[in-house]
Amino acid sequence: MKLITHNMLTSKCLKGVVTGYPLAINATYVKVTEVGFDPEFIGRVIPKLDWEVLWVAADSIGHSEGLPKTLEPKFEENEEFLKKAHRVLLEVEVEEGHLTCPESGRQFPISKGIPNMLLNEAEVQ
Amino acid sequence: MARRPEHQAPPEIFYNEEEARKYTQNSRIIEIQGQMTERCIELLLLPEDSPCLLLDIGCGSGLSGTVLEENGHMWIGMDISRAMLDVAVERETEGDLVLADMGEGVPFRAGCFDGAVSVSAIQWLFNADKKSHNPIKRLNKFFTTLFAALSRSARAVFQFYPENETQLELLTAQAMKAGFYGGVVIDYPNSAKAKKFFLVLMTGGSAPLPQALGTEETDNGLQVKYAKREATRGARGKPLKNSRTWIMEKKERRRKQGKDTKPDTKYTGRKRSGRF
Ligand SMILES: C[S@@+](CC[C@H](N)C(=O)[O-])C[C@H]1O[C@@H](n2cnc3c(N)ncnc32)[C@H](O)[C@@H]1O
Repeated sequence: MKLITHNMLTSKCLKGVVTGYPLAINATYVKVTEVGFDPEFIGRVIPKLDWEVLWVAADSIGHSEGLPKTLEPKFEENEEFLKKAHRVLLEVEVEEGHLTCPESGRQFPISKGIPNMLLNEAEVQ
Repeated sequence: MARRPEHQAPPEIFYNEEEARKYTQNSRIIEIQGQMTERCIELLLLPEDSPCLLLDIGCGSGLSGTVLEENGHMWIGMDISRAMLDVAVERETEGDLVLADMGEGVPFRAGCFDGAVSVSAIQWLFNADKKSHNPIKRLNKFFTTLFAALSRSARAVFQFYPENETQLELLTAQAMKAGFYGGVVIDYPNSAKAKKFFLVLMTGGSAPLPQALGTEETDNGLQVKYAKREATRGARGKPLKNSRTWIMEKKERRRKQGKDTKPDTKYTGRKRSGRF
């Protein structure tokens, strides 16, 4: 699971949960794979992110180094910043661990990089 | 015709390890899924030349996702079959993957995606594989949560295999109830082989449905029937993709936007001989 996905993922499909965001990350194995850098994409996607959630998520898995806590104005013109954002959003991946719903405490396992968001019958709304 | 996969077993069982491998290695399937994904992208009407973030619903082993990548987009895929997703991981697709059942809802926060595609998957929603499954409830949950996850003005395009007219009506009705505009576009309606169904859903208010392919001299009664808002103004007037005219127009647009663009020559838009 990449952090871009984590930034968008919720547990709101759980019965009784309202926003289910952000999911806490518990990682036992994190890997970094190189991905082609597309500054235009990164610049376009950042306004859609919850930056604070991204920072906290990156920090919780030991990858916040050099990442600003808040967005600066005109970030899309700062290539060095975009590269850092690219790395954290697309290259860092949680391979093993689990996510925890902030409202219900329900855990969603992550194995081989894939979070399992499947619910059991009693949990479906 | 072979028995429909949906009638054989629940999707997470039908697409087991063996089927996932067979499916993904079949060159005919790769080609068809690729073509249908291209058509979905065309119907999405994404902003020109912009890399987008797309959701691939029922992404499977990533055959559709590969085409999204080739078109310069980033994607997040959701699928109910672990075996299919495992093959996607093996294939090292660039998209990111989530194991989830679309009938339980789209588990993403509001406004995330610039668009959504789904290739050969939503017909599975008509199954009631568990005692607790109610297809109408699942369709409703799916469309309302999908609507929320899309950015305003984004579209969702589904290629699918309806079993009968009732399914077509049900799908369209549930999508409209969730707030979408749009309807079903049927390409090549008179060809048994090439006929393809696309559910085209829009979030940003009423707009004409795109023109179906292969309907020049034929009546597209079906298409109009399922389009809730009137349709017909088509893609006419737009040159064929990758033709010389198309390339020249695209270059002109790039020049106007002040982007770096190669000069036009007599070779522009010509077929290349041999491999590059
Ligand atoms: C024919 S495959 C298409 C895969 C991919 N889109 C492609 O073009 O190759 C259909 C996929 O839909 C998935 N699917 C079926 N029901 C689903 C559900 N309820 N939620 C998520 N995915 C589902 C299946 O697991 C399978 O991977």
